Amino acid sequence: MSLSVAGPPQGAKAPPGGSAAHAVASVGASVLLQVQGLVKRYGGLVATDGVDLTVRAGGIHALIGPNGAGKTTLIQQLSGALAPDAGRIVFDGQDITALSMHERVHRGLARSYQITSIFPRLTVLDNVALALQARTGSSLRFWPAARGEVQRYTAAAGVLARVGLAARTAQLAGALSHGEQRQLEVGIALATGARLLLLDEPMAGMGPEESERMVALLQSLRGECTLLLVEHDMDAVFRLADTISVLVSGRIIASAAPEAIRADAEVRRAYLGDELEAGA
Amino acid sequence: MAEPVQEPVLPRSLLDHALGWRWALPLFVLLLALPLLTPLIGGDFYLGLAARILIFALAATSLNLILGFGGLVSFGHAAFVGVGAYAAGLLLQAGITSAWIVWPLAMLAAALFAAVIGAISLRTRGVYFIMITLAFAQMLYYLAVSGKAWGGDDGLNLTARATLGFGLDLSQERTFYWTTLALCTLALLFIWRLLNARFGHALQAMRENEQRMEAVGFAVYGHRLVAFVIAGAIAGLAGALLASLNNFVSPAMMQWGQSGLLMVMVILGGVGHLWGGVIGAVVFLLLEEVLSLYTIYWQFALGAALLAVVLVAPNGLMSLWRRKERA
Repeated sequence: MSLSVAGPPQGAKAPPGGSAAHAVASVGASVLLQVQGLVKRYGGLVATDGVDLTVRAGGIHALIGPNGAGKTTLIQQLSGALAPDAGRIVFDGQDITALSMHERVHRGLARSYQITSIFPRLTVLDNVALALQARTGSSLRFWPAARGEVQRYTAAAGVLARVGLAARTAQLAGALSHGEQRQLEVGIALATGARLLLLDEPMAGMGPEESERMVALLQSLRGECTLLLVEHDMDAVFRLADTISVLVSGRIIASAAPEAIRADAEVRRAYLGDELEAGA
Repeated sequence: MAEPVQEPVLPRSLLDHALGWRWALPLFVLLLALPLLTPLIGGDFYLGLAARILIFALAATSLNLILGFGGLVSFGHAAFVGVGAYAAGLLLQAGITSAWIVWPLAMLAAALFAAVIGAISLRTRGVYFIMITLAFAQMLYYLAVSGKAWGGDDGLNLTARATLGFGLDLSQERTFYWTTLALCTLALLFIWRLLNARFGHALQAMRENEQRMEAVGFAVYGHRLVAFVIAGAIAGLAGALLASLNNFVSPAMMQWGQSGLLMVMVILGGVGHLWGGVIGAVVFLLLEEVLSLYTIYWQFALGAALLAVVLVAPNGLMSLWRRKERA
């Protein structure tokens, strides 16, 4: 069995995107995620107000917007943690709107959390090895020792080396620094073998040095899997993203390349203005 | 960023559970030899007590699987013991006496009830899970009390124990004890392997972070339901053995106090320790036996003893052992 990092999950169809060459071949085939008319209401509050979003395979797509714009609510619906009230989500040509979170992971759609969600009492290696267990066959095995799966633990160590935690494998995940826990969070998501990673503010709470390391890490994932990134760090967003979508009050008001977004008058008015001036 | 990857050293962690052969094996030999020693001190009474302790150890260990390792505080475990006991009792009354039929069917009946109760209860969390498992168990208790077909309030009096074949006679206390010992040992070995296998790793990781497990692709609900059913089946076996030990089945076996008793044993021995259920059952029942010799207020003394244990070892008696191991 193949345990390559971020390869296609077992038994799934060959990915239509993933490689840039394929993406160029046909525009239709390169769409990895298509969201149509997504609506989520909480009483009178419309958190997601008819969102249409197209994420193409192979790149880094950033989702930005002011606080309370509904970014996390949208990620929740895409990952399957929340059911939308209307609209559909098509991943890799298949309607996944009704699928549960773990079913979506098996199709190749995984997420990380804004508030670090790891296994603090387990070792760093176990954190990743568990994610690998989910995609390497059934967990209804009651007798053979799981520790005997050398291949899986080797692959887990490989993932940890990729996210810069090679020296930390034997430590408890709870003992890592905040920045390292964020790296582990990405490592766990990566280990699911997802073709599309939903990263909810991977730089949240990081210092400049840690942010720099995270940007390099995400940059290194390019071409291996597609990233949909929610982030407040505009500097990181404009360095990383190929496409930026702007979410304001539950609506996508613009979706374009970074230069176009920077120039967009409506975006500047709604959100970017002060941040860009401050940042640039 | 990538460095050459060597085969990783696996550090011992929360997911690993050692059987402890070094002291488990001598203990097993001692228990095996017990029927040869009891005639010296008082005979069949102590053998019956030993069998009772083993059966409770079995039931408490099955509860520990979901409570300690699954993190699911189930307050209705006595219901599965009771279902197993009633299934065995009714089969024996109907003239079906082969243990090879009665015990598996008792396990199956308990597993089916666990599947139904689990399917509904596992959709809730926290206090609601505690309350709903308790409610289901009490429903079964009242069903047992009110049904004339299975003896109602009076329970079922059984005339004979199940038969094993191969020239083994379960009506002899020795044979019954050895059979119970064998079944308890097998169940403990199975749970030991299960915890260290993929199934156990996933189950324990779900206790650590349920949301994360779902997000990496585990079907948390289904996985927990399987654990619930396994625990129910083992508890059902304990019930069938208890029915044969006493030649009696009563609704009192599935009352909520019994569920509480099993929980006390697990907490006393060690929540989430492989031997927690066993140690808890042994200490609790021995204390009860010894204290009741000296005073009619033995329950007061038992309570005080339990309080002392909880204060000294808040994570159960087995945690003292682990602490010593680390030191």
